[in-house]
Amino acid sequence: TTTLTDYFSQGKNDSEDSGLRFATCQLLWKQINSETEKIQEELNKQLFDNLIHFLRQSHSELQTKKTEWMCRMKSSEIPTAALVLGVNVTDHDMTFKSLSEVLQDNVTPYVVSLQAKECPGIKHLLQKLMGQLMDCNVDVDSSEEEECVNISQKKIRCSMASLSKWYESVTKKTDSETPSKKRTSSSRHWQSPPIVVIFKDMESFTTKVLQDFIVISSQHIREFPLVLIFGIATSPMIIHRLLPHSVSSLLCIELFQSLSCKEHLATVIDKLLLTTQFPFKLSEKVLQVLINIFLYHDFSVQNFIKGFQLSIVEHFYSQPLSVLCCQLLEAKKRVNSLSHNQCENIRSLPSFRRYVESQVSEKQIALLTEDSFLKEVTQTLLEDLHIYHENYFTVLRCLHVFTTSLPKYPLGKQIRELHCACLGKSVWETEEYESAIQLLRMLAKDELVAILQKCAEIFISSSGKQFSNTVEKLEEFLARFQNLEETSEVQDVSVSSQKELQKTTDLYHLQKTLLALKESKRSKKLTKFEMLRFEVVDFIDSLVRSYLAPAEMQTLNEVVYFNTANTLREHLNAAPRIALHTALNNPYCYLKNQTLKSDVGCISNTAPDICIVYKLHLECGRLINLVDWLEAFSTVVTAVEGTDPDAVATDQVDEIIHARFIRAVSELELLGFIKPSKQKTDHVARLTWGGC
Amino acid sequence: MPNFEHPEYPEATLLHLESMVPCRESQVSSLLSIFGERQHFSFPSIFIYGHTSCGKTYVMQTLLETLELPHVFVNCVECFTSRLLLEEILTQLQSLSSEKKHGSHVPCDTFNDFVRLFKQEIITQDLQNQTVYIVLDKAEQLREMEANVLPGFLRLQEMTDRNVTVIFLSEIVWELFRPNTGCLEPFTLYFSDYSIGNLQKILSHYHPPEYSADFYAAYINILLGVFYTVCRDLKELRHLAALNFTKYCEPVVRGEANERDTRRLWKNIESHLKKAMQTVYLREISSSQWERIQKDDGEPGHLKGLSAHAHVELPYYSKFLLIAAYLASYNPARTDKRFFLKHHGKIKKTNFLKKHEKTSNHLLGPKPFPLDRLLAILYSIVDNKVAPTANIFSQITSLVTLQLLTLVGHDDQLDGPKYKCTVSLDFIRAIAR
Repeated sequence: TTTLTDYFSQGKNDSEDSGLRFATCQLLWKQINSETEKIQEELNKQLFDNLIHFLRQSHSELQTKKTEWMCRMKSSEIPTAALVLGVNVTDHDMTFKSLSEVLQDNVTPYVVSLQAKECPGIKHLLQKLMGQLMDCNVDVDSSEEEECVNISQKKIRCSMASLSKWYESVTKKTDSETPSKKRTSSSRHWQSPPIVVIFKDMESFTTKVLQDFIVISSQHIREFPLVLIFGIATSPMIIHRLLPHSVSSLLCIELFQSLSCKEHLATVIDKLLLTTQFPFKLSEKVLQVLINIFLYHDFSVQNFIKGFQLSIVEHFYSQPLSVLCCQLLEAKKRVNSLSHNQCENIRSLPSFRRYVESQVSEKQIALLTEDSFLKEVTQTLLEDLHIYHENYFTVLRCLHVFTTSLPKYPLGKQIRELHCACLGKSVWETEEYESAIQLLRMLAKDELVAILQKCAEIFISSSGKQFSNTVEKLEEFLARFQNLEETSEVQDVSVSSQKELQKTTDLYHLQKTLLALKESKRSKKLTKFEMLRFEVVDFIDSLVRSYLAPAEMQTLNEVVYFNTANTLREHLNAAPRIALHTALNNPYCYLKNQTLKSDVGCISNTAPDICIVYKLHLECGRLINLVDWLEAFSTVVTAVEGTDPDAVATDQVDEIIHARFIRAVSELELLGFIKPSKQKTDHVARLTWGGC
Repeated sequence: MPNFEHPEYPEATLLHLESMVPCRESQVSSLLSIFGERQHFSFPSIFIYGHTSCGKTYVMQTLLETLELPHVFVNCVECFTSRLLLEEILTQLQSLSSEKKHGSHVPCDTFNDFVRLFKQEIITQDLQNQTVYIVLDKAEQLREMEANVLPGFLRLQEMTDRNVTVIFLSEIVWELFRPNTGCLEPFTLYFSDYSIGNLQKILSHYHPPEYSADFYAAYINILLGVFYTVCRDLKELRHLAALNFTKYCEPVVRGEANERDTRRLWKNIESHLKKAMQTVYLREISSSQWERIQKDDGEPGHLKGLSAHAHVELPYYSKFLLIAAYLASYNPARTDKRFFLKHHGKIKKTNFLKKHEKTSNHLLGPKPFPLDRLLAILYSIVDNKVAPTANIFSQITSLVTLQLLTLVGHDDQLDGPKYKCTVSLDFIRAIAR
């Protein structure tokens, strides 16, 4: 790690507390990483429990069939779990790793996972299978280790027969073990533990390999309990597509579905970002970049977390004040030991400057000149920032409860969308918020009451003490709704009595009263309920306005918010074609040589040959005449060197220029822009289109 | 009066054999006459073919075991290389007479070695004056091994100069086997499919001990009535019979009907069997799940089959990539201009041509298209601008690994790779929604 710290301190922002920043960064990432692992574990628990249950059952069924007759008549199928994991293939590795760990702990030591690329043929598959099984044997009992080594040194015959022989010997051995050992082993595994074979990527396996394996192993299923697990990324239909009926009828397939990746992401965001547990925060744009990559490209939660990690590293690397991005108490301590340079850094923060401008002039001077005073103020500002976050998340959750009950979700269905909306700008100024409030004013009573109760729960469970007033207010609202119910019943009674009265009157009177009723409806005063509803909505609006101010408005937000979305985008969503085009079209961008600075349209002769050739080829059609191209090239090149009219006049291309041209063209071919064409002699074909 | 007559074997054995192989009497008797007496030389090779589960393996196994003929039984799918196959035969040969179950391992690399070792083994086992039978089950696999294996087995008798007969069991006809060189025509024998009457007889043969044979036969009759049109696979039918029998017995167990009340029993079971045909038989629901449903007496409606989960959720751009690929696969390239350009020329009235296309395109299947065309269509169908980022390209690759697209041609072709879209119209419709 010394090299890592060195790299950190060599960063562009000199060495301001670089060691401390690095340590903080590492610590933070460690905490976050363990948190993500915990989340993963919790999310997978249900699925794994189901799987273990399935394994247990399939196994017991194999051993004790109800009657002998049934046993003989029924064909022995291989129990198979079809595990649908979704298209986010990059996440699967993690899942399978923890799955095999869980299985090894709870069910059987014999867990084999196979990947399609390791098994191009049935031979390789069996080799892999046996290799992994012999290894697990070592795990189960260390005394067998020597024997195992012997076996693997001998050339193992890769056949199912030798596998079943091996299984027989292994189970026998565990049976004859000393009782103490037996107890320990049987506490975790069963007497004859099943052999679990996991096909990690079902889609990529060739049909033949799978079919052969299933056919072969179905003939030995009575000798050793085999269980298959198919990892499926698309849909379970793939089983029918890969396996003909004669083979799939050998399987006893049950379906298991993992949590969808979107739900997984929602949990991760909820536990990592919408909490005050971790001081580090993402700005709206950065979060948007990460979410967009997730939704538009890969659905991979792992990649999302990797992106999050990158932003942490980038933040601590590029922002010298990130040294204060830690728990509040620690940060306050660190403020005291800040150097003068760091104080200057604080002064140059845009948010801090805004803050200074809003102060009275004496205080302004003090802030800008006295380091000690600045530090004091910084401490209180940090505390304010912390309180802001505490309030923010609570109110955000509360608002989310409201907005999810609305039709069409004007502010988004997921809390992350709401979060993005609030982070970026003052949410109450947006049209969506306006329409959301409009819709809230039309909520039915029971809905409103339910929402209010939920909100009250959120506020009560929040750590902030400043919400006691709010909770009181909410409870008051709830009580008033309760009262409303009682009074409205009374009103109903009075209305009905009125109606009875009306019945007795004559037609003329009836008409009159009806007209009067109509009139009153038009200019109808708000009922008590409606009044109360307005009050509630206004109250929520006021909460939003006071607590959901955008993070950019907060003083010192730069300390904890990472907001260079561009860097992140460049790293995570790279565009190789565009980079290549820029390099060839505008070499100054990368070479930083002053002579290369040129206007967009013209072709500079000082540029590298390949750039000239590239620019010239952009002007051509699909087929490029090599002779014309060479001529154009030599014109451009000689325009500098010579201004020698004789050379041009001779119409003879200089040999060196010719050679340079050939080299540049073959470089272009290597980069994949052109390829030789057979359609026309002396022509090459363009592989890209566009350009000019 | 036994059907089989053979001077070599006692009548009791033959009778027992007959009871073991119902509906295959004629084949067995012709096999018996081909085999002749123990010491007789038989055909060098016999080729038996017939559909799945028409009793080839079973008949051979019973025949050889009941008559206690020295034989070796190998499955060619299991022994997927010639080396494994030959070694397996030798190992089994070793354990023929000796008591120990597993013979020691004999290394055998080539057919030449095999012939030598085989001769040795016959002498050590003292089998010179009996016919040794080598049965190669699933013999169609032999075609994929080295070219000399199949001719070698055909001429094994000649090469080893021992009394040996090789029997091939296969599901396909001999014409598809015939090797180019060194072929010695085997004696071919055809096992015909079981008729419905045969199936009825065989399936009712093993009735559960708790119930009478008639009762079970009536059940099998109903079962065949439902399943015979879709499935003639004996194994599968037997499996289905076992799965659903408890349900059939239910009224009897509950005392609502007696064993002879066929009409009521039929009413009880028929819809159930039809449901089974749509679910268990297609492996939409596994047999254990089916049994569980029966036990709980629940409706299978709440349990969705595998095909019910056909929907695949894809990232935003993957969806568009797949749609673009579908369009590129099923539309001819010359129509691209018309469909995807804003200012295309007038659509020419080519009614005749169009009609012709309409009928053919979906029947012809997907056509390959170059990467550039895919991207061009993608850019025109996505509303906002798409940057050709690395992520887009890796998404194409991951669609290939998910088998939604396939790469046409070599894997390592870098310039101008071509793809095909392999998903169906329904799938695309679901995605495009």
